[in-house]
Amino acid sequence: MAKRWRALLFCAALGVAQAGETDVVLDQRLNHVAEQLRCLVCQNQSIADSHAQLALDLKREARQQLAEGRSEQEVIDFMVQRYGDFVLYRPPFKSVTWALWLGPFLLLAIGLAALLYNVRRWDQQAEALEEQA
Amino acid sequence: MKRYILPLGGFAVLLVFLGVGLRLKPQEIPSPLIGKPAPEFTLTQVEDVRNVFHSRDMRGKVWILNVWASWCGPCRAEHPALLELSRLAVAPVVGLNYNDLRGDSQRWLKEFGNPYQVAAFDGDGTTGIEFGVYGVPETFVIDKQGLIRLKLTGPVTSEQVRDKLVPLVRELNHG
Amino acid sequence: MIPELGNFALMLALSLALVQGSLPLIGAWRGNARWIALARPSAAGHFVFILFAFASLVAAFVGNDFSVAYVASNSNSMLPLYYRVAAVWGGHEGSLLLWVTILASWMGAVALFSRQLPPAMTARVLGVMAWISAGFLLFMLFTSNPFDRLLPAARDGRDLNPLLQDFGMIVHPPLLYMGYVGFSVAFAFAIAALLGGQLDAAWARWSRPWTLVAWAFLTLGIFMGSFWAYYELGWGGWWFWDAVENASFMPWLVGTALIHSLIVTEKRGSFKNWTVLLAIVAFSLSLLGTFLVRSGVLTSVHAFATDPRRGLFILAFLALVIGGSLLLYAWRAPSVGLGGRFALFSRESLLMLNNVLLLTATATILLGTLYPLFLDALDLGKISVGAPYFESVFTPLLLPVLLLMAAAPFVEWKQAAFRDVAWRVSRIAQASLLFGLTAWLGWKFSPTVAGGLMLAVWILLGTALHLLQRLSARGHGVSAGRQAARQPLSYWGMLAAHAGVAVFVIGVALVKGGEVSEDASLRVGDSYVSNGWRYSFTDLRKVDGPNYVAARATFEVRGADGSVLMLQPEKRYYTVQQMPMTEAAIDRGLTRDIYLSLGEPGADGAWLVRIQNKPFMAWIWAGCLMIAAGGLLAASDRRYRLARHAASPEQAPAAAVAVS
Repeated sequence: MAKRWRALLFCAALGVAQAGETDVVLDQRLNHVAEQLRCLVCQNQSIADSHAQLALDLKREARQQLAEGRSEQEVIDFMVQRYGDFVLYRPPFKSVTWALWLGPFLLLAIGLAALLYNVRRWDQQAEALEEQA
Repeated sequence: MKRYILPLGGFAVLLVFLGVGLRLKPQEIPSPLIGKPAPEFTLTQVEDVRNVFHSRDMRGKVWILNVWASWCGPCRAEHPALLELSRLAVAPVVGLNYNDLRGDSQRWLKEFGNPYQVAAFDGDGTTGIEFGVYGVPETFVIDKQGLIRLKLTGPVTSEQVRDKLVPLVRELNHG
Repeated sequence: MIPELGNFALMLALSLALVQGSLPLIGAWRGNARWIALARPSAAGHFVFILFAFASLVAAFVGNDFSVAYVASNSNSMLPLYYRVAAVWGGHEGSLLLWVTILASWMGAVALFSRQLPPAMTARVLGVMAWISAGFLLFMLFTSNPFDRLLPAARDGRDLNPLLQDFGMIVHPPLLYMGYVGFSVAFAFAIAALLGGQLDAAWARWSRPWTLVAWAFLTLGIFMGSFWAYYELGWGGWWFWDAVENASFMPWLVGTALIHSLIVTEKRGSFKNWTVLLAIVAFSLSLLGTFLVRSGVLTSVHAFATDPRRGLFILAFLALVIGGSLLLYAWRAPSVGLGGRFALFSRESLLMLNNVLLLTATATILLGTLYPLFLDALDLGKISVGAPYFESVFTPLLLPVLLLMAAAPFVEWKQAAFRDVAWRVSRIAQASLLFGLTAWLGWKFSPTVAGGLMLAVWILLGTALHLLQRLSARGHGVSAGRQAARQPLSYWGMLAAHAGVAVFVIGVALVKGGEVSEDASLRVGDSYVSNGWRYSFTDLRKVDGPNYVAARATFEVRGADGSVLMLQPEKRYYTVQQMPMTEAAIDRGLTRDIYLSLGEPGADGAWLVRIQNKPFMAWIWAGCLMIAAGGLLAASDRRYRLARHAASPEQAPAAAVAVS
């Protein structure tokens, strides 16, 4: 871990600051990262949207790292190393979440198959009944 | 006609999960740093900006890091337990003053008492982020090799001091 | 004294519910007319007692009786009167009483408006509802009694959460509960049909208006929640895929599937088993929602103070009600007949496709909402599932539904030829496609937004075309107006609801595609330009409210077209609960909303201001209202109000085997 030497630092950081020309790209990258990270002390917000202190701190940290040349993925990995998968606003696609991501399409496929099967079956059954009558 | 049993079967599975869910604590986020090296940091001390604390000086000792702030209500609530912990002197207790103003923290320690061997000042919370702090108070137990072994979120109670912290520290000291 | 009377009234209501749940049901089974006849009067008595209990709690709030623990934790003497009434349902215990009161009202309504139902059916429906009421009453009396005393009484209350001190609080929970609880009527009809063996087109005709009204209320309740969050929470969001929001959306989706499935059962006698299952599932999801909010199993802003003991009780109740009804379904459903035949391409099968899509969407939302719980329970770690997941997964499922919505009304019952239908809709299909391409390539919208707009236009054109065709199919000498007047209300309901969906989709697509949000640090006297509008911070002053202190900022906003608006966002500090709150200032317009909210003041005196421009935001609200109106229109259709004992003529040969 990089050592951090901090004297009296006054924290009044803004998430998306009014900026000059060169900072616009940085802000866009920051926003892109911030939208992918969950605000842990809010309910259902990304740190991009939130004004909570933790969100502002994390955005400041992310901004600093991006400015130092880290890639967006590196910044996100940094956060995940410290806060776990929970901090990812979008659940990652790993083995534990296959069911989550693939589930809906699987369910749709099953539903459609069941529909086709049942429509045919109803039709056959009703036909059989009509022949009986 | 077992297809008609399917909805009931599915519901039964759901019920089991919901039942188990009643015992879980969804708000607590486990730390991914357990078993990993604690981030090293160097910070000034709350009392005196000229004094500096290096976390690497704690190598070879089992120690406890307590994250607190003067604006934090539950920190006030856990304070007696921390005083008790420092009185027991099983391990040095280092305070990490998170996202705070030095003057407020000094006043807080003076008014309520200082349980910390050292109170490090992390005014902008950067060190806290390194530790994955998302709320205050939080408490970490770090072993002789500098690995994080336990994280408690929320105010520490006397029971937790007795049943979790002290035994763990003793175990790590003997190991 | 009054709280004790209220408590006693609850106990009396419980006894009546137990009677109502047993004797009429047994009477219907055994053919005992006297016991069957007990259903209506006991429902009436039950309603009276519950209403009295509710009134006593309201009285305790209005009278500032802080010797009642619930009043002390949710109210305050400085709270304005209308909020004191709304505070009645501001916490767990009181909201349960609201639930029970609304259930009693629905029971009373069923008792009143069921003249054309066979008495045995009425008895069963009321009996089932009585059991649900009994369950909730037991829950309240044993674990969550709003009338518990606090002795010695508090000097003053802890105040209602400032977030809830709003018009939304007065309206949103009652509307929502009307919907949730209203599905219990459809549920009761389904159970009654399974119990009595009478599952036919007539049953569907009786069931449908109740379901439509409940669904319309649920639409309004969800709309109100969203509308409220939009202006209350201060950052311009209106749907967060929060666990509790999902808990209300799932029954709505199933309810939508149900009202469409009921059409088929009513008209053709088909899908009976499926419709019954849907009715059970819709209400089960309502109950599941109740569990999720009050048990602590999921984290949510909406969650009430949690208590695992309460959670266990509700879980047991869920197991009994849902488990019991699914067991009954498994037992009785196989003997239910089939209904009319239909081909693979027909309106019936398209409506079934609608059902499959809606149910898959519901299952998806359930999966996403509960997945963190599943992983945690299996000790596989903690993840969070939020908006990005739901948006990625839900939207693709919704698109085929939108596609079907315009087309299906053109497809005949029983059997249709795909080529004929395709020919009929070819021109509007082409027009929609053209519109979509223009939106994408010409107006430079993203493909997703353009796609949404295209589907919305498709629905609007399809709906208009269908109406035109209906009107022009009139005989000689019949004016268009008379032809229009001849159309049943359910037809207008369909048109309104489908058009409402299109309007809603337009709103969502344009807001998501075009909203602009900027944060600026401003002092009095500063100006900021965003999206063609100039925002001037002209004033900042301290304002005193009844139970808060606020900093009110005044902004003069000038548009490119010369229009000038004045907006006054506030930052309030509620003194009793010591809670800060943001009051956003919104200028609503037909084509855009301008949204201003204050963040935190910096140490240098500058305020963090969030400036947002949301195009066509009002269409989202308009769409919801149109959908609800459609539901209510359809429910008022004449065919539901005529007294009819005979089954409908389209009954299929194998239907309605009366098992006794």
